[in-house]
Amino acid sequence: MTDLTSTRINNDLTRPLLQTSWRFYALAAALGSIVLTALVAWMSQAYYGFGVTGIRWPVYWGFYVTSFVFWIGISHAGTLISAILRLVNAGWRRPVTRCAEVITVFALMIGAMFPIIHLGRPWLAFWLVPYPSERMIWPNFRSPLVWDFFAINTYLIGSVLFLLLPMIPDFAVVRDHSKGLRHRMYRVLALGWRGTPKQWHRLETAMQIMAIAIIPVAVSVHTIVSFDFSMAPVPMWQSTIFGPYFVAGAIFSGIAALILAMAALRRFLQLQAYLQPLHFDNLGKLLLLMALLWGYFVFNERLVVYYGNEPAEMAVFWRTQRESFAPLYWTMVVCNFAVPLVLMGIRRFRTIAGCVVASFAVVVGMWLERFLIIVPSLGAKYLPYTFGIYRPQPVEMIIAGATFAAMAFLYVLFAKVVPIISIWELKAGEHVSRESRPSVEESHLGQVQP
Amino acid sequence: MPQWGMAADLDRCNGCGACVVACHAENNISTVGPDQAARGRAKHWIRVERYWEGEFPDVRVKFRPVMCQQCGNAPCEPVCPTYASHHTEDGLNAQVYNRCIGTRYCANACPYSVRFFDFFNPSWDRPLQVQLNPDVSLREVGVMEKCTFCVQRIRGAQIQAKAEGRELRDGEIQPACVQSCAPRALVFGDLANPESEVSRLSRSSRGVKLLEHVGTEPAVTYLARLS
Repeated sequence: MTDLTSTRINNDLTRPLLQTSWRFYALAAALGSIVLTALVAWMSQAYYGFGVTGIRWPVYWGFYVTSFVFWIGISHAGTLISAILRLVNAGWRRPVTRCAEVITVFALMIGAMFPIIHLGRPWLAFWLVPYPSERMIWPNFRSPLVWDFFAINTYLIGSVLFLLLPMIPDFAVVRDHSKGLRHRMYRVLALGWRGTPKQWHRLETAMQIMAIAIIPVAVSVHTIVSFDFSMAPVPMWQSTIFGPYFVAGAIFSGIAALILAMAALRRFLQLQAYLQPLHFDNLGKLLLLMALLWGYFVFNERLVVYYGNEPAEMAVFWRTQRESFAPLYWTMVVCNFAVPLVLMGIRRFRTIAGCVVASFAVVVGMWLERFLIIVPSLGAKYLPYTFGIYRPQPVEMIIAGATFAAMAFLYVLFAKVVPIISIWELKAGEHVSRESRPSVEESHLGQVQP
Repeated sequence: MPQWGMAADLDRCNGCGACVVACHAENNISTVGPDQAARGRAKHWIRVERYWEGEFPDVRVKFRPVMCQQCGNAPCEPVCPTYASHHTEDGLNAQVYNRCIGTRYCANACPYSVRFFDFFNPSWDRPLQVQLNPDVSLREVGVMEKCTFCVQRIRGAQIQAKAEGRELRDGEIQPACVQSCAPRALVFGDLANPESEVSRLSRSSRGVKLLEHVGTEPAVTYLARLS
C-alpha cells in the first residue's frame, strides 16, 4: 500500500460519502421496500394473532428464534475479529476493522428485534426492564431470557462505543472535505476533533480499554444465548458443550458475513486498492480454522449423545441424523464443514471468489444449524403422543428473509454516511511507528473550527 | 399448608374423554375448530393419550390421562422472565395470565407438553358463549394457559369451609376432570394429609411418576395398569 498517498486515501474513502449516483437510490429503494414488506407482515401478525405463523403445539419456537440466534451469532464478526486483531496488533486488520464493527452493531439490532417479534404480546416487552412499577414485581432474574436482555443490551452499548470511537477522526476528515449542511453535520459528529497529541492519546487508550472489555462481553453474549436452550430439560438441549459451541459458531458465521460484506464493498465502492486479496486470504484462513473447530464441536456433541443412548435424546438424534431432518442436517454439514474445508484448505481456491463461495455456504449452514438445534428437539420431546411437525408459514419466511435485506439496507446507508474503511487507521499503517501517526496536519487543521 | 396432588389409576381409565370435555367447560377453554386443531392449536388442559401395544388383531390399547403434573421442581417456573409461571405455597404451578408476555419458553421447557398458547383471541360458536364459567378468567391472544387443578374450586371450597368454621374434608374439592370421571380413575386431594385418599393411593406399590427421571417431582401419581 506504499503507493497510496494520504490525499488519495482521503479522496477514495470519502468519495462514497460526497458523491451519490442513481444506483444508490435504486438499491436503497429496493432494499427499503423489502424491509417495509416485512414490517407490514409483522403488523399483520400482531393484528390477526400469532396463529398466522406456523408455530404450534409443541414446537413453540421456530423461524423467529432461529433468526434471533443466527443474527446474534453474525454480530460476533466485529468484536472478535476487530478486537482480537487490534490487541495482537495485526497490521492487515486496518481496512477490515470498521466493516466488521458495523456488522456487529447492525446484526445485533436485527437479532435483538426477534425476541420481541416472537412474543405473544409484544406490546408488553418492556416488562423485561427492571423498573419500579405499579405491578410491584421485578423481572425473574433466574430466567435466561432476562440474562439475554442484559447481555444483549450490554453488548449493543459496548459495540456501538467500539464502533463510534475510531470514527471520530474520520468524521473530522469528512468535516474538512465537505461544505454546507454536510459540514455542519460532521462537525457535530467529530466532537471537536483537532488531532492534538492529547486527543490521540485518549483515543488510543479508550480503544485499548474497549478492545479488551468487548471480548468477554461477546463471549458471554452467545454463551447466554446458548443458555436459552441448555437450561431447559429438552432432549439434546441440555448440553454442557452448548456455550463454547455457540460462541465458536457465532464467530464462524461472523467471519463469513464479514467476507461477504467486504467482497460487496470492494466491488461496489471500487475499493480494490484497499481490500486486497491478502485480506481475503487471511480471513479465509480464519474461516478454515473456525470450520475445523465447528466440526470438532458437532462431532463431540453427536458422539456423546450417541454413546449416552438416552431414549428421548436418541429420538431427536435419529430425527436429524437420518429421518425427516436428515436432508437439512447433511446440507448443514456440507455447507459448514466440507465446503470451507476444501475451498479454504487448498491455497489455489483461497481466492476472493473462493472465499465468497465458502462464506455463502457457511451463512446458509449456520442458519440451518440453529434451526436444527431448535425445531427437531421441540418436535420430539419425551412423550411420543406429543410429537409434532413444524411448517413455517409465509409471514415467518418473509420476516426472517427480509432481515437479510435489512442488514444490506443498513449497511448501504451506513457506507453513505461514514467512511467504511477507517481512514486514520489506514494512514497510521503507512508509518513505521505509532508516534508518527498522521496528526491530521494537512487536512484536519485546514478548517479549524472556533 | 395443604399440598394438592392427584392420583390417576390407569387400571380404571377407559379413555372415554369425559374429563377433557368437563375441563373445557369448567375452565372456559375455547375450542379452535378442526382446521386449527389439525395445525396443533387445540388446547386440551387434560388429554387422554392412547398407546397401542402388539400387532393387529392382537392389540391392546392403553390410555393415560395427562394434565399439568404441578411439579414440585417445575422446569417452566425458572425460565419465565416475568413470573407469570410461579409456584404457590400449596404446591400449584400457577399461571398468571395478565403477567404473561408470551415467550412460550415455559411450554418448551415443560417435558409433558401440557402448556398451551393462545394463538388467537378466544371465541365460541353461539350460543356457547352463554355457558362460560364466571369464576374463570378468559385469556387473550398471546398468553400461555394450562391446567390449574381447578384452582377456582379449591379456593371456593376453602372460603366456604372457613365461613362455616371447619376444616376441609377429604374429597370435598373435586376438579372438573375428577368430578366427571365415571370409572373414578382420578382422585384429587391433599398430599400433606397422610390419611387422604390421594395420599394413600400415591403410596401404592403401583404408583409411578411420569418422566420421573427428568427430576420434576410431579404431584400426580399414576397407578400402573395390572390387568
